[in-house]
Amino acid sequence: MWDYSEKVKEHFFDPKNAGAVAEANATGDVGSLSCGDALRLTLKVDPDTDIIQDAGFQTFGCGSAIASSSALTEMIKGLHVDDALKISNQDIADYLDGLPPEKMHCSVMGREALQAAVADYRGIELEDDHEEGALVCKCFAIDEVMVRDTVRANNLSSVEEVTNYTKAGGGCSSCHEAIENILSEEMTARGETFVPAPVVSKKKIVKIKKEEEPKPEPVVAAEEKKAVSARKLTSVQRIKVIEKALDEIRPTLQRDHGDVELLDVDGKNIYIKLIGACSGCQLATATVGGIQQKLMEALGEFVKVTPVTEEQLTTLVGA
Amino acid sequence: MNDIYMDNNATTMVDPAVVEEMLPFFTEQFGNPSSLHSFGNKVGFAVKKARKTVQTLLGAEHDSEIIFTSCGTESDSTAILSALRAQPDRKEIITTEVEHPAILNLCENLETQGYTVHYLKVDGKGRIDLNAYQKLLTENVAIVSVMWANNETGTIFPVEKMAEMAQEEGIMFHTDAVQAVGKLPINLKDSAIHMLSLSGHKLHAPKGIGVLYLKRGTRFRPLLRGGHQERGRRAGTENAAAIVGLGKAAQLAMENMANENTYVAGLRDRLQEGILKSVPNSFVTGDPENRLPNTANIAFEYIEGEAILLLMNKHGIAASSGSACTSGSLEPSHVMKAMGIPYTAAHGTVRFSLSRYNTEAEVDRVIEAIPPIVAKLRKLSPYWDGEGPVAEPEQAFAPVYA
Repeated sequence: MWDYSEKVKEHFFDPKNAGAVAEANATGDVGSLSCGDALRLTLKVDPDTDIIQDAGFQTFGCGSAIASSSALTEMIKGLHVDDALKISNQDIADYLDGLPPEKMHCSVMGREALQAAVADYRGIELEDDHEEGALVCKCFAIDEVMVRDTVRANNLSSVEEVTNYTKAGGGCSSCHEAIENILSEEMTARGETFVPAPVVSKKKIVKIKKEEEPKPEPVVAAEEKKAVSARKLTSVQRIKVIEKALDEIRPTLQRDHGDVELLDVDGKNIYIKLIGACSGCQLATATVGGIQQKLMEALGEFVKVTPVTEEQLTTLVGA
Repeated sequence: MNDIYMDNNATTMVDPAVVEEMLPFFTEQFGNPSSLHSFGNKVGFAVKKARKTVQTLLGAEHDSEIIFTSCGTESDSTAILSALRAQPDRKEIITTEVEHPAILNLCENLETQGYTVHYLKVDGKGRIDLNAYQKLLTENVAIVSVMWANNETGTIFPVEKMAEMAQEEGIMFHTDAVQAVGKLPINLKDSAIHMLSLSGHKLHAPKGIGVLYLKRGTRFRPLLRGGHQERGRRAGTENAAAIVGLGKAAQLAMENMANENTYVAGLRDRLQEGILKSVPNSFVTGDPENRLPNTANIAFEYIEGEAILLLMNKHGIAASSGSACTSGSLEPSHVMKAMGIPYTAAHGTVRFSLSRYNTEAEVDRVIEAIPPIVAKLRKLSPYWDGEGPVAEPEQAFAPVYA
């Protein structure tokens, strides 16, 4: 049986806003009968203010599909449609105190129903660009279609590359055989032979296109870098440089529903807090490695980036 | 009020008499059955006795035809891989679309290694077309592997007849009889079945013990090579306590099969009738005329199985569902798909599988609990409108992703 949070159980056993809304002026029908889940979201939106006055759901689906639908309706009532559209599937999962990885598609269905309903309200036609297939990577909920398309579009030829491009296989690795099979089929289709690596390398793969020779670093940029590393920064200046670098990284993390916060700087040690999806992510080590690299480039010095909680920080630096 | 267990096709409670029989083999009777000293001898004799009992349960001609394994899956894999290795010129396998994953996943893997697998289709009741089967029996086929009874619907396949048809063409025949052993009378001595798999935990023995029956004279290649245990056909020190437990469970199955089946089938029919009478838009899947006595797979249209199970669990009732969401896959049960059950019903199937430990009172409690559970979920369903399904449900609400 699934390890559902108390919040999921609460919304499943006692769903909120079940049924169609009376006098609804927006409907979003989404789902997949083959997957066993389908959701109709109905909204009553005030045409003068664009505020969602009421929301109701009808769901054909499992416990988490019903709970996600119920949570979504609670989350969007009273919101302006523009603000409602900002709700991500991760927000729905967070509202429910998390969903099992295999059930994340239920939260995706909620978000897509909302998009469909708002499009209906605005009289816009949404394109059906959803692809679906058998779940390959259960840790990150990546399906076969996504893996196959990514392999095809990028001419990938190793499990590591698939993981780098899609995250599939980056968790427990039980799906590596399935990924190898997809690689084998796709490579055969393009006239190549898949050769599995005997041992998965820990090195990050860097792809260099043949026609593109590595360009020499621009003189100005190199000089600027030198200047940064040569000049002695004050503590406040260092923190500002670190904050600026983190701001540059932030959009990438936020795209994956995560974020990072600077907690403290203690000489060469920089303590950060991973937020949202980054927290507890099985690729957190890679994320922290990337952040460390970025900060070293920005500061022009070696630093060690450590993810901690506020409590751990107190122990480490006595803050 | 005690919880009600109706998921015996998943696993069964170990019979207390089986536990009692096993206990000494964890303490004073701990010897290695292969050892020559008296510690080993005592255990060796107990294993031999269990082998004899299993032989009798299966109606096998010789006790040496019984190979103890770790589980049904190991027995299945051993049977199929052995047949392929023993006949390297034969590159085809015949099975069905509705086999257990122990067979289907193995076959899928073998396809990547150059083997051709023929998957027999089933009709709406889960039955095989023997004419279609006959056409596939050629000299290229290394083995036919067909389950004796389906784990989801309980539908029984005519494996004895199919084995004879295979034998006429000189083809090995294996049956995954995990759900049938202990529930149906079996007489392998007079059959053309070469190999059969069984699993202890489906007949009130513990988990971790299985059997591969191998008819004398059948060409064989072991899966596990090593020591000389099981006449070199399955290396590894025997799980003596579990083997003894299986022996006891086999004895109990033989003694009680006829009476139990009448009793259990009676309970099952009462449950099925009670549910179908009180829940509209529900139906039995599989072949009601030719089914395991303990199994009723009921489809509740327009709702999803996992949601039903969660609410049943709240009422203290345990069963299974072939719904996609219980397994973590996104597809509904391959058995329901093979039978052509529409998605709006295939996702809402619940398998009730009973045993001798169930009672009439329990059945009545389930009959009482199910209608409000179904009604509650249908109230949430976009396919249900008040008292019945919406008109032409799949047309009226055939959602697409945004």
